[in-house]
Amino acid sequence: MTTVVLNRRNLLVGGSAVLATGVSGLLLPARAQGLAPTDSMSGGANNYRKGAAIVDRIGKGGFWMSGTVRRAGDGAPLAGQRIQIWAHTTEGREHEPQSHGATLTDKNGAFRLEIPQIIPVFGQPHGHLAYDSGEFKTVFLRPVMRSAKETSLEAHFVLQPV
Amino acid sequence: MALIWVLLAAAVGAPLAAAAMSPLLAWRDPVYILACFAGIVALWLMLVQPLLIAGYLPGLSGRPGRRVHHWIGGALVVMVVIHVGGLWITSPPDMIDALLFVSPTPFSPFGVIAMWAIFAVALLAASWRRFGLRPRTWRIAHMLLAIVIVVASVVHGILIEGTMETVSKAALCMLVLAAAIKVIGGLRLWQKRETLRRET
Repeated sequence: MTTVVLNRRNLLVGGSAVLATGVSGLLLPARAQGLAPTDSMSGGANNYRKGAAIVDRIGKGGFWMSGTVRRAGDGAPLAGQRIQIWAHTTEGREHEPQSHGATLTDKNGAFRLEIPQIIPVFGQPHGHLAYDSGEFKTVFLRPVMRSAKETSLEAHFVLQPV
Repeated sequence: MALIWVLLAAAVGAPLAAAAMSPLLAWRDPVYILACFAGIVALWLMLVQPLLIAGYLPGLSGRPGRRVHHWIGGALVVMVVIHVGGLWITSPPDMIDALLFVSPTPFSPFGVIAMWAIFAVALLAASWRRFGLRPRTWRIAHMLLAIVIVVASVVHGILIEGTMETVSKAALCMLVLAAAIKVIGGLRLWQKRETLRRET
Protein backbone atom coordinates (compact mmCIF):
# COMPACT_ATOMS: atom_id res chain seq x y z
CA MET A 1 0.00 0.00 0.00
CA THR A 2 1.32 3.39 -0.92
CA THR A 3 0.85 6.30 1.33
CA VAL A 4 -0.08 9.48 -0.41
CA VAL A 5 1.83 12.24 1.22
CA LEU A 6 0.03 15.48 0.97
CA ASN A 7 2.58 18.18 1.40
CA ARG A 8 2.89 21.61 -0.16
CA ARG A 9 5.28 20.45 -2.89
CA ASN A 10 3.11 17.52 -4.01
CA LEU A 11 0.06 19.69 -4.03
CA LEU A 12 1.76 22.34 -6.14
CA VAL A 13 3.11 19.83 -8.66
CA GLY A 14 -0.07 17.80 -8.85
CA GLY A 15 -2.25 20.86 -8.83
CA SER A 16 -0.43 22.51 -11.69
CA ALA A 17 -0.52 19.25 -13.68
CA VAL A 18 -4.29 19.10 -13.26
CA LEU A 19 -4.55 22.77 -14.13
CA ALA A 20 -2.36 22.35 -17.21
CA THR A 21 -4.34 19.45 -18.65
CA GLY A 22 -7.63 20.92 -17.58
CA VAL A 23 -7.01 24.36 -19.02
CA SER A 24 -5.50 23.16 -22.28
CA GLY A 25 -8.33 20.66 -22.58
CA LEU A 26 -10.74 23.56 -22.31
CA LEU A 27 -8.80 25.80 -24.65
CA LEU A 28 -7.96 23.39 -27.45
CA PRO A 29 -11.41 22.80 -28.90
CA ALA A 30 -11.93 26.56 -28.87
CA ARG A 31 -8.73 27.00 -30.81
CA ALA A 32 -9.87 24.41 -33.34
CA GLN A 33 -13.07 26.38 -33.78
CA GLY A 34 -10.64 29.07 -34.55
CA LEU A 35 -10.16 32.45 -35.98
CA ALA A 36 -12.64 35.06 -34.78
CA PRO A 37 -14.27 37.28 -37.39
CA THR A 38 -13.08 40.89 -37.71
CA ASP A 39 -15.49 43.43 -36.26
CA SER A 40 -16.25 46.63 -38.12
CA MET A 41 -14.32 49.57 -36.70
CA SER A 42 -16.14 52.64 -35.43
CA GLY A 43 -16.29 55.29 -38.14
CA GLY A 44 -15.26 52.67 -40.70
CA ALA A 45 -18.31 53.20 -42.90
CA ASN A 46 -18.03 57.00 -42.95
CA ASN A 47 -18.25 58.49 -46.46
CA TYR A 48 -18.76 55.00 -47.96
CA ARG A 49 -20.09 54.87 -51.52
CA LYS A 50 -21.64 51.54 -52.32
CA GLY A 51 -20.37 49.71 -55.37
CA ALA A 52 -17.06 51.39 -56.21
CA ALA A 53 -15.68 50.05 -59.52
CA ILE A 54 -12.81 47.56 -59.64
CA VAL A 55 -9.78 49.57 -60.76
CA ASP A 56 -6.08 48.91 -61.47
CA ARG A 57 -5.17 51.98 -59.46
CA ILE A 58 -6.94 54.94 -57.83
CA GLY A 59 -5.77 58.18 -59.46
CA LYS A 60 -2.04 58.51 -59.97
CA GLY A 61 -1.17 56.13 -57.14
CA GLY A 62 1.98 56.31 -55.01
CA PHE A 63 0.57 54.75 -51.85
CA TRP A 64 -0.07 51.04 -51.26
CA MET A 65 -3.13 49.76 -49.48
CA SER A 66 -2.80 46.03 -48.87
CA GLY A 67 -4.11 43.22 -46.72
CA THR A 68 -5.59 39.76 -46.57
CA VAL A 69 -9.03 38.23 -46.51
CA ARG A 70 -9.59 34.96 -44.62
CA ARG A 71 -12.55 32.93 -43.51
CA ALA A 72 -13.52 32.95 -39.85
CA GLY A 73 -12.99 29.63 -38.11
CA ASP A 74 -10.46 27.75 -40.23
CA GLY A 75 -8.64 30.88 -41.46
CA ALA A 76 -8.68 29.70 -45.08
CA PRO A 77 -7.62 32.43 -47.53
CA LEU A 78 -10.53 33.71 -49.60
CA ALA A 79 -9.80 34.32 -53.27
CA GLY A 80 -11.71 36.65 -55.57
CA GLN A 81 -13.19 38.79 -52.77
CA ARG A 82 -14.02 42.38 -53.60
CA ILE A 83 -12.49 44.93 -51.20
CA GLN A 84 -13.51 48.55 -51.54
CA ILE A 85 -11.02 51.23 -50.59
CA TRP A 86 -11.36 54.99 -50.06
CA ALA A 87 -9.49 57.75 -48.26
CA HIS A 88 -8.76 61.46 -48.15
CA THR A 89 -5.78 61.74 -50.50
CA THR A 90 -3.75 64.27 -52.44
CA GLU A 91 -6.22 63.75 -55.29
CA GLY A 92 -9.56 63.96 -53.56
CA ARG A 93 -11.68 64.25 -50.46
CA GLU A 94 -12.95 61.14 -48.76
CA HIS A 95 -16.53 61.41 -50.08
CA GLU A 96 -15.62 62.18 -53.70
CA PRO A 97 -16.12 59.39 -56.26
CA GLN A 98 -12.57 59.58 -57.59
CA SER A 99 -11.28 58.71 -54.11
CA HIS A 100 -13.06 55.33 -54.23
CA GLY A 101 -12.06 52.08 -55.90
CA ALA A 102 -12.16 48.32 -55.44
CA THR A 103 -9.87 45.37 -55.98
CA LEU A 104 -10.09 41.57 -55.78
CA THR A 105 -8.09 39.20 -53.59
CA ASP A 106 -5.68 36.77 -55.29
CA LYS A 107 -5.57 33.00 -54.72
CA ASN A 108 -3.76 33.55 -51.40
CA GLY A 109 -6.51 35.87 -50.19
CA ALA A 110 -4.22 38.89 -50.50
CA PHE A 111 -5.12 42.24 -52.03
CA ARG A 112 -3.08 45.29 -52.94
CA LEU A 113 -4.28 48.53 -54.53
CA GLU A 114 -2.26 51.60 -55.37
CA ILE A 115 -3.97 54.82 -54.35
CA PRO A 116 -2.81 58.46 -54.05
CA GLN A 117 -0.96 59.49 -50.87
CA ILE A 118 -3.27 59.56 -47.84
CA ILE A 119 -3.47 62.96 -46.11
CA PRO A 120 -4.53 63.32 -42.45
CA VAL A 121 -8.16 64.33 -42.20
CA PHE A 122 -10.30 64.83 -39.12
CA GLY A 123 -7.14 64.69 -37.05
CA GLN A 124 -5.80 61.30 -38.12
CA PRO A 125 -4.10 59.91 -41.24
CA HIS A 126 -6.37 56.97 -42.00
CA GLY A 127 -7.91 54.88 -44.76
CA HIS A 128 -11.21 53.09 -45.19
CA LEU A 129 -11.82 49.55 -46.46
CA ALA A 130 -15.02 47.63 -46.87
CA TYR A 131 -16.09 44.10 -47.60
CA ASP A 132 -19.73 44.46 -48.64
CA SER A 133 -20.55 41.78 -51.21
CA GLY A 134 -23.18 39.75 -49.41
CA GLU A 135 -21.63 36.28 -49.20
CA PHE A 136 -20.08 37.12 -45.85
CA LYS A 137 -21.10 39.62 -43.19
CA THR A 138 -20.23 43.20 -44.13
CA VAL A 139 -17.09 44.60 -42.48
CA PHE A 140 -15.87 48.21 -42.51
CA LEU A 141 -12.29 48.92 -41.44
CA ARG A 142 -10.61 52.22 -40.65
CA PRO A 143 -6.87 51.63 -40.13
CA VAL A 144 -4.75 54.56 -38.91
CA MET A 145 -1.22 55.24 -40.18
CA ARG A 146 1.54 55.39 -37.55
CA SER A 147 2.79 58.53 -39.28
CA ALA A 148 1.38 60.72 -42.03
CA LYS A 149 4.70 60.23 -43.86
CA GLU A 150 4.10 56.50 -44.42
CA THR A 151 3.36 55.40 -47.96
CA SER A 152 1.54 52.16 -47.23
CA LEU A 153 -1.18 50.85 -44.96
CA GLU A 154 -2.44 47.34 -44.17
CA ALA A 155 -5.81 46.00 -43.14
CA HIS A 156 -6.86 42.39 -42.63
CA PHE A 157 -10.30 40.87 -42.89
CA VAL A 158 -11.58 37.69 -41.26
CA LEU A 159 -15.04 37.21 -42.68
CA GLN A 160 -17.97 35.32 -41.24
CA PRO A 161 -20.36 33.54 -43.64
CA VAL A 162 -23.84 35.01 -43.52
CA MET B 1 3.35 97.32 -20.31
CA ALA B 2 2.88 97.00 -24.05
CA LEU B 3 4.94 93.83 -23.80
CA ILE B 4 1.99 91.70 -22.68
CA TRP B 5 -0.01 92.87 -25.70
CA VAL B 6 2.85 91.94 -28.02
CA LEU B 7 3.13 88.54 -26.35
CA LEU B 8 -0.62 88.04 -26.53
CA ALA B 9 -0.65 88.91 -30.23
CA ALA B 10 2.28 86.55 -30.81
CA ALA B 11 0.45 83.79 -28.93
CA VAL B 12 -2.20 83.75 -31.64
CA GLY B 13 -0.13 85.12 -34.55
CA ALA B 14 2.55 82.43 -34.40
CA PRO B 15 0.20 79.40 -34.42
CA LEU B 16 -1.99 81.00 -37.09
CA ALA B 17 1.01 81.79 -39.31
CA ALA B 18 2.47 78.30 -38.79
CA ALA B 19 -0.89 76.69 -39.56
CA ALA B 20 -1.25 78.88 -42.65
CA MET B 21 1.95 77.28 -43.95
CA SER B 22 0.72 73.73 -43.32
CA PRO B 23 1.05 71.53 -46.42
CA LEU B 24 -2.29 69.95 -45.45
CA LEU B 25 -4.12 73.11 -46.50
CA ALA B 26 -3.52 72.29 -50.16
CA TRP B 27 -5.87 69.30 -49.83
CA ARG B 28 -8.59 71.03 -47.82
CA ASP B 29 -11.71 73.00 -48.73
CA PRO B 30 -12.05 76.61 -47.54
CA VAL B 31 -14.83 75.60 -45.12
CA TYR B 32 -12.59 72.96 -43.53
CA ILE B 33 -9.69 75.44 -43.26
CA LEU B 34 -12.00 78.03 -41.69
CA ALA B 35 -13.16 75.43 -39.15
CA CYS B 36 -9.54 74.61 -38.22
CA PHE B 37 -8.57 78.26 -37.80
CA ALA B 38 -11.66 78.95 -35.71
CA GLY B 39 -10.37 76.22 -33.40
CA ILE B 40 -6.99 77.95 -33.08
CA VAL B 41 -8.64 81.31 -32.34
CA ALA B 42 -10.92 79.64 -29.77
CA LEU B 43 -7.88 78.18 -28.01
CA TRP B 44 -6.29 81.63 -27.91
CA LEU B 45 -9.47 83.22 -26.54
CA MET B 46 -9.15 80.76 -23.64
CA LEU B 47 -5.79 82.36 -22.91
CA VAL B 48 -7.23 85.89 -22.98
CA GLN B 49 -10.20 85.12 -20.70
CA PRO B 50 -8.37 84.51 -17.39
CA LEU B 51 -5.91 87.35 -18.10
CA LEU B 52 -8.85 89.77 -18.41
CA ILE B 53 -10.43 88.61 -15.19
CA ALA B 54 -7.17 88.76 -13.27
CA GLY B 55 -6.60 92.29 -14.58
CA TYR B 56 -3.30 91.43 -16.24
CA LEU B 57 -4.14 93.35 -19.41
CA PRO B 58 -3.29 97.04 -19.05
CA GLY B 59 -6.32 99.31 -19.42
CA LEU B 60 -8.65 96.35 -19.10
CA SER B 61 -8.80 95.61 -15.41
CA GLY B 62 -11.87 95.72 -13.26
CA ARG B 63 -15.17 96.56 -14.88
CA PRO B 64 -13.96 97.15 -18.49
CA GLY B 65 -11.99 93.90 -18.27
CA ARG B 66 -15.08 92.03 -17.15
CA ARG B 67 -17.14 93.56 -19.98
CA VAL B 68 -14.55 92.45 -22.56
CA HIS B 69 -14.48 89.03 -20.84
CA HIS B 70 -18.23 88.73 -21.54
CA TRP B 71 -17.80 89.69 -25.19
CA ILE B 72 -14.95 87.27 -25.63
CA GLY B 73 -17.06 84.54 -24.03
CA GLY B 74 -19.61 85.20 -26.77
CA ALA B 75 -16.87 85.17 -29.39
CA LEU B 76 -15.70 81.82 -28.02
CA VAL B 77 -19.18 80.37 -28.55
CA VAL B 78 -19.16 81.73 -32.12
CA MET B 79 -15.73 80.18 -32.80
CA VAL B 80 -16.89 76.80 -31.49
CA VAL B 81 -20.01 76.98 -33.67
CA ILE B 82 -17.87 77.80 -36.74
CA HIS B 83 -15.45 74.98 -35.81
CA VAL B 84 -18.15 72.34 -35.38
CA GLY B 85 -20.29 73.67 -38.24
CA GLY B 86 -17.37 73.72 -40.66
CA LEU B 87 -16.36 70.19 -39.73
CA TRP B 88 -19.98 69.06 -40.08
CA ILE B 89 -20.09 70.46 -43.64
CA THR B 90 -16.72 68.84 -44.40
CA SER B 91 -17.72 65.35 -43.29
CA PRO B 92 -21.15 64.95 -41.67
CA PRO B 93 -20.71 61.30 -40.59
CA ASP B 94 -17.42 62.04 -38.79
CA MET B 95 -18.95 65.02 -36.96
CA ILE B 96 -22.05 63.05 -35.99
CA ASP B 97 -19.83 60.25 -34.60
CA ALA B 98 -17.92 62.83 -32.57
CA LEU B 99 -21.07 64.46 -31.17
CA LEU B 100 -22.47 61.04 -30.24
CA PHE B 101 -19.20 60.03 -28.53
CA VAL B 102 -18.72 57.04 -30.85
CA SER B 103 -15.89 58.49 -32.88
CA PRO B 104 -12.75 56.36 -33.34
CA THR B 105 -10.52 59.39 -32.78
CA PRO B 106 -9.41 59.73 -29.14
CA PHE B 107 -9.44 63.54 -29.20
CA SER B 108 -13.07 63.93 -30.30
CA PRO B 109 -14.80 63.35 -26.95
CA PHE B 110 -12.54 65.97 -25.33
CA GLY B 111 -13.55 68.50 -27.97
CA VAL B 112 -17.24 67.73 -27.53
CA ILE B 113 -16.98 67.93 -23.72
CA ALA B 114 -15.24 71.32 -24.03
CA MET B 115 -17.95 72.47 -26.45
CA TRP B 116 -20.78 71.62 -24.04
CA ALA B 117 -18.90 73.18 -21.14
CA ILE B 118 -18.44 76.41 -23.16
CA PHE B 119 -22.14 76.45 -24.05
CA ALA B 120 -23.03 75.81 -20.40
CA VAL B 121 -20.90 78.74 -19.18
CA ALA B 122 -22.42 81.02 -21.83
CA LEU B 123 -25.93 79.97 -20.83
CA LEU B 124 -25.21 80.40 -17.12
CA ALA B 125 -23.48 83.74 -17.69
CA ALA B 126 -26.53 85.03 -19.53
CA SER B 127 -29.12 83.75 -17.10
CA TRP B 128 -27.73 82.75 -13.69
CA ARG B 129 -29.82 85.50 -12.12
CA ARG B 130 -32.93 84.28 -13.87
CA PHE B 131 -32.14 80.76 -12.64
CA GLY B 132 -32.03 82.18 -9.12
CA LEU B 133 -28.39 81.21 -8.53
CA ARG B 134 -26.37 82.98 -5.91
CA PRO B 135 -23.29 84.83 -7.24
CA ARG B 136 -21.05 82.44 -5.32
CA THR B 137 -22.76 79.35 -6.80
CA TRP B 138 -22.47 80.82 -10.29
CA ARG B 139 -18.78 81.61 -9.75
CA ILE B 140 -18.00 78.10 -8.50
CA ALA B 141 -19.91 76.58 -11.44
CA HIS B 142 -18.05 78.88 -13.86
CA MET B 143 -14.71 77.95 -12.31
CA LEU B 144 -15.36 74.19 -12.49
CA LEU B 145 -16.57 74.48 -16.09
CA ALA B 146 -13.55 76.67 -16.93
CA ILE B 147 -11.24 73.93 -15.67
CA VAL B 148 -13.11 71.37 -17.80
CA ILE B 149 -12.94 73.67 -20.84
CA VAL B 150 -9.21 74.34 -20.53
CA VAL B 151 -8.14 70.77 -19.80
CA ALA B 152 -10.42 69.17 -22.41
CA SER B 153 -9.48 71.72 -25.09
CA VAL B 154 -5.75 71.29 -24.51
CA VAL B 155 -6.01 67.48 -24.64
CA HIS B 156 -8.21 67.80 -27.75
CA GLY B 157 -5.69 70.06 -29.46
CA ILE B 158 -2.57 68.11 -28.53
CA LEU B 159 -3.96 64.75 -29.73
CA ILE B 160 -4.99 66.07 -33.16
CA GLU B 161 -2.77 65.56 -36.14
CA GLY B 162 -3.96 68.48 -38.20
CA THR B 163 -3.08 71.87 -39.61
CA MET B 164 -1.52 73.26 -36.41
CA GLU B 165 2.26 73.13 -36.30
CA THR B 166 3.41 71.04 -33.33
CA VAL B 167 5.68 73.49 -31.48
CA SER B 168 3.40 76.53 -31.77
CA LYS B 169 0.45 74.34 -30.78
CA ALA B 170 2.24 73.01 -27.69
CA ALA B 171 3.34 76.54 -26.76
CA LEU B 172 -0.19 77.96 -27.03
CA CYS B 173 -1.59 75.01 -25.04
CA MET B 174 1.01 75.56 -22.31
CA LEU B 175 0.15 79.28 -22.14
CA VAL B 176 -3.57 78.47 -21.86
CA LEU B 177 -2.88 75.97 -19.07
CA ALA B 178 -0.46 78.29 -17.27
CA ALA B 179 -2.89 81.24 -17.38
CA ALA B 180 -5.73 79.07 -16.09
CA ILE B 181 -3.65 77.60 -13.26
CA LYS B 182 -2.26 80.99 -12.28
CA VAL B 183 -5.60 82.79 -12.29
CA ILE B 184 -7.89 80.07 -10.96
CA GLY B 185 -5.29 78.89 -8.47
CA GLY B 186 -4.70 82.44 -7.33
CA LEU B 187 -8.34 83.36 -6.88
CA ARG B 188 -8.13 83.34 -3.08
CA LEU B 189 -4.93 85.34 -3.21
CA TRP B 190 -6.65 87.82 -5.45
CA GLN B 191 -9.53 88.14 -2.98
CA LYS B 192 -7.05 88.69 -0.19
CA ARG B 193 -5.44 91.48 -2.17
CA GLU B 194 -8.86 93.03 -2.55
CA THR B 195 -9.58 92.80 1.15
CA LEU B 196 -6.14 94.26 1.80
CA ARG B 197 -6.91 97.10 -0.55
CA ARG B 198 -10.21 97.64 1.18
CA GLU B 199 -8.48 97.73 4.56
CA THR B 200 -5.89 100.29 3.55
